[in-house]
Amino acid sequence: MELLIKNGVVYDPINEIRGEKMDICVKEDKIVSKVKNPKVIDANGKLVMPGGVDIHSHIAGGKINAGRLLRPEDGRKGAEPRGKLTRVCTGYSVPNTYATGYRYAKMGYTFVMEPATPPLLARHTHEELIDTPILDNAILALLDNNWMTMEYVKSGETKKLAAYVAWMIKAVKAYGVKIVNPGGDEAWGWGKNVNIDDSVPNFDVTPRDIIDGLAEANEMLNLPHSIHIHCNDLGHPGNYETTLKSFDVVKGRSNANRQVMHATHVQFHSYGGSGWKDFESKVDEIAKYVNAKKHVTIDMGQVMLGDTTTMTADGPLEYGLHMITGRKWTNLDVELETGGGITPFLYSSKVAVNTIQWAIGLELALLIKDPWKIALTTDHPNGAPFITYPIVISLLMNKQKRGEVMANVHKAINKRAILPSIGRELDWNDIAIMTRAAPARILGLDRYGKGHLGVGADADVAIYDVSPEERESKKIQSALLHAKYTIKGGEVVVRDGEIVAVPEGRTYWVNPEFDGESTKDMLGDLTGKFEKYYSVNLANYPVQDAYVPHPVEIKTKV
Amino acid sequence: MIITDVLCPFCGALCDDIVVEVEKNKIIEVREACEIGVSKMMGHERIATPMIRENGELKETTYENAIDKTAEILVNSLRPLIYGWSSTTCEAHRKGIELAEELGAVIDNTASVCHGPSILAIQNVGLPSCTLGQIKNRADLIIYWGSNQAEAHPRHMSRYTSFPRGFFSEEGRRGKKVVVLDVRKTTTVEVADDFIQVAPGEDYPVLSALRAILAGEENVVPSCVGGVSKEKLIELVEKMKSARFGILFFGLGLTHSRGRYNNVVNAISLVRELNAHTKFVIMPMRGHYNVTGFNQVCTWETGFPFAVDFSRGQPWYNPGETSAVDILNREECDAVLVIASDPGAHFPKKSIEFMAKIPVIQIDPYPNPTTELADVVIPSAIAGIEVEGTAYRMDKVPIRLRKIIEPNHLSDEEILSRVLNKVRERRGE
Amino acid sequence: MKKIDVKLITGRLVEQGIHLENKMSDEYLKAAAVCELNERDMAGLGIRDGGNVRVKSRFGEVVVRARINNDNPAGIAFIPMGAWANRVIDPDTGGCGMPHYKGTDAEVSLSYESIPTIKELMEDVK
Repeated sequence: MELLIKNGVVYDPINEIRGEKMDICVKEDKIVSKVKNPKVIDANGKLVMPGGVDIHSHIAGGKINAGRLLRPEDGRKGAEPRGKLTRVCTGYSVPNTYATGYRYAKMGYTFVMEPATPPLLARHTHEELIDTPILDNAILALLDNNWMTMEYVKSGETKKLAAYVAWMIKAVKAYGVKIVNPGGDEAWGWGKNVNIDDSVPNFDVTPRDIIDGLAEANEMLNLPHSIHIHCNDLGHPGNYETTLKSFDVVKGRSNANRQVMHATHVQFHSYGGSGWKDFESKVDEIAKYVNAKKHVTIDMGQVMLGDTTTMTADGPLEYGLHMITGRKWTNLDVELETGGGITPFLYSSKVAVNTIQWAIGLELALLIKDPWKIALTTDHPNGAPFITYPIVISLLMNKQKRGEVMANVHKAINKRAILPSIGRELDWNDIAIMTRAAPARILGLDRYGKGHLGVGADADVAIYDVSPEERESKKIQSALLHAKYTIKGGEVVVRDGEIVAVPEGRTYWVNPEFDGESTKDMLGDLTGKFEKYYSVNLANYPVQDAYVPHPVEIKTKV
Repeated sequence: MIITDVLCPFCGALCDDIVVEVEKNKIIEVREACEIGVSKMMGHERIATPMIRENGELKETTYENAIDKTAEILVNSLRPLIYGWSSTTCEAHRKGIELAEELGAVIDNTASVCHGPSILAIQNVGLPSCTLGQIKNRADLIIYWGSNQAEAHPRHMSRYTSFPRGFFSEEGRRGKKVVVLDVRKTTTVEVADDFIQVAPGEDYPVLSALRAILAGEENVVPSCVGGVSKEKLIELVEKMKSARFGILFFGLGLTHSRGRYNNVVNAISLVRELNAHTKFVIMPMRGHYNVTGFNQVCTWETGFPFAVDFSRGQPWYNPGETSAVDILNREECDAVLVIASDPGAHFPKKSIEFMAKIPVIQIDPYPNPTTELADVVIPSAIAGIEVEGTAYRMDKVPIRLRKIIEPNHLSDEEILSRVLNKVRERRGE
Repeated sequence: MKKIDVKLITGRLVEQGIHLENKMSDEYLKAAAVCELNERDMAGLGIRDGGNVRVKSRFGEVVVRARINNDNPAGIAFIPMGAWANRVIDPDTGGCGMPHYKGTDAEVSLSYESIPTIKELMEDVK
């Protein structure tokens, strides 16, 4: 099967193609230099980009499903009947797996990272990914509130820690290391929380030690992605200082191919003020740091004003939110490993704090000069459902549109946010970087054919029916919400905004090789943990091959 | 041959440490399991072959005929009900949901007659909970309310709660307090430190009284609530507040009695409020080994956990309207497919009287009262013994069921898959 | 004939669980066609341990074997969940899908009739 995408205006930032009129050739599932007898897709006057790559979106697993179960009222939104090819769809902030796959594909996305899987529940995440059509995917394993991790960090046995990280990533078929409020969930096991320099109860380590230890192990294993961190103190006034301290923990480390820390949904971590009354944006400080340094990349975690469902592995945070709103609250602590919570949330344009949060995400994208350092996310569904990406993009590209929104929200935005003073408008090249090239590179997936259209890359392509000169928000939004074409693995999956094929997605997982001696010692310790403390047997713990029917195994060497 | 780390496919405790000895494709010994688990794994009378009822008598037939007859009944039905699912794999659940979607059927699960009301309560107020290992390692106060786990989940206490020594509970049983609340002095009470007898149907006011005392409003509480003295209630609240880590397990004592989901809303609210004082969590004692799994799969595939009606094309969820007992009591459906459950024994008389009037298809390894009502009977292999696949423990931890011996029958997943193909064939798709 | 009013509670027992997937057996009948009552309630009815009782409500009736259980408070009749208990319980779901498996008002009296087998119970609904 061959395709020729003819005369499109191509944005392929990894290959430094910036809005050139050119052809893209596809053979089977790869991009090639020429084709003989192709089916021709006329892309004249249309935008052509690599398939979108979402670096951080909670789409599958125990927490997400607990969110769906908690919110049948959300499930009723967006309900669609079965089609000839498609299964039923439900939900807005907590869509079912089918809606997740179809809606992302319709927006031209072809890869999504599920960023927070408790290893004990990894089978569940993979089961949902099997039922999530079209999208290639991967998962990050939560390894920071983990007893084995904390004990090795405390004892300074870094090689055993690296052996453990390697074993866990392989055992649960994960792609990388996730850190969420390090130490916080262990403390939450007793109803408490910690900040970066507090000692974790009973374990005598600080979150700082955990971050540093996991970063060292991550680099020792030469994993494709860096540590991926949700910093301590999320959502609290004045937390930008904790955020900068967290960035600083790994400033002495480096990697030739990429950053050594990816900090996620930094919008939620860029707050100033001493309380809710003087809550303010500190994006100036965060942007100053990120602009000056090379070791850290971030994603936005944009908030959109409206109703959504918050869900994170940060157990104490969700309880705190529930105490603010009084709305229903689910919590799930996971033995020896992590935790999690869920509560619905309305970001209201009438509330000063929510309005400033909305501004902060945009400020990050506009004040960080180099778009390669910031990926576009809403931390779906925490800041907003992923389906709002076209609106976020239209705001980033149009200053006047931002002004219209600001005129109709809480006036605090004028004093305690920076957005009103920002004139920058992003162009399509910036957007192509933030939505595909940068996330692919930050994840290390560019080396495996994602995020670009060079010869040999995966034939994942998005074609949007909008002129490169277009700035009108409505037109941009409509074009991005319903791609003219989405091609996934060389197959046209979306045409004219409708699903026309439903291939199954592939799961990327890393198989890290590591020193046998350390692994043997580590397994001795791990066996003890299972015999004494886990509620399942070690033999039943690793995720069986049946849960990853379309694997892409990436082997790494020390 | 000795097989270790086997999962027991019976109750929601989903023990995964069973040792099974197999000889010539026959299980000859089962170790570590409770009496119920041993009984299940050693085996019972099976349905030998597919059967179709003719002139009132079930007559043996082939899988092909039985599956074709099933498709015929389902395709001719205007409002089919597909019910059961708690004793089979998530892989079968997926096929079943696809079949229901394709038919525009109602799909429901045994949760609607066990913890369905708990799910409704969670949808009202949420569920602060945890995995069972968290309790094993941390809990120092364990409360069973309306749950006779000694009879229903016999190893729950020894594996997960009162007895094991954990990381922060090195003393084991001695370091933990166990309190039971029930309308009868059940066998669970024998291993408890304290028993509080609640009058039948009075759980709601007792929970309300506890919440009032916790909120510092004990002056509004009368001297006796639901058969429990005010002193006893105050003492229990003190115990809860002074625990380091408390857990409230609740059973069908709350969901089956007066108040139903409201009882559970009140219990969850109490636990939620306790979190202002200490760490406290709550967990429903899910019955079948994979009832939780069905609710999980149905939720991620349709957005809703049980009682999903596809007759409008898109899913419609409204327990009370779309739940199996209600549909039968209203005499609304015109065919029922029952799989991996036994409504013939477990539904009220009124519901099965109506089942007797309409075509019933049964897919199950075992003959049971539903067989007596069935027009088509399709025997299946036993999930977790003859078929591998996924099951979710009561705390939503997914574990893979093992296949221990070779089956002589088709798996539930395979049967449903063939039914689905036949349905499509008959509809000319 | 003497009668007492009871709240009918249905629920799990190990024996009933052991035969849950073996329901056509005599063992299941022995395990589940049982009504546990307090000794005083039994004496009041003139029933001995192991004798048959009729349990009757507005919704149906069934004959099962009586068994003494003094851990049962007076006024509560316990029948293991299953085919016999469900002849008597209130099928109304209160609009939430769940019949009244615990707490249906019933009356218990001595019976000289035999306990119906599963086959007989199912014939009865056809």
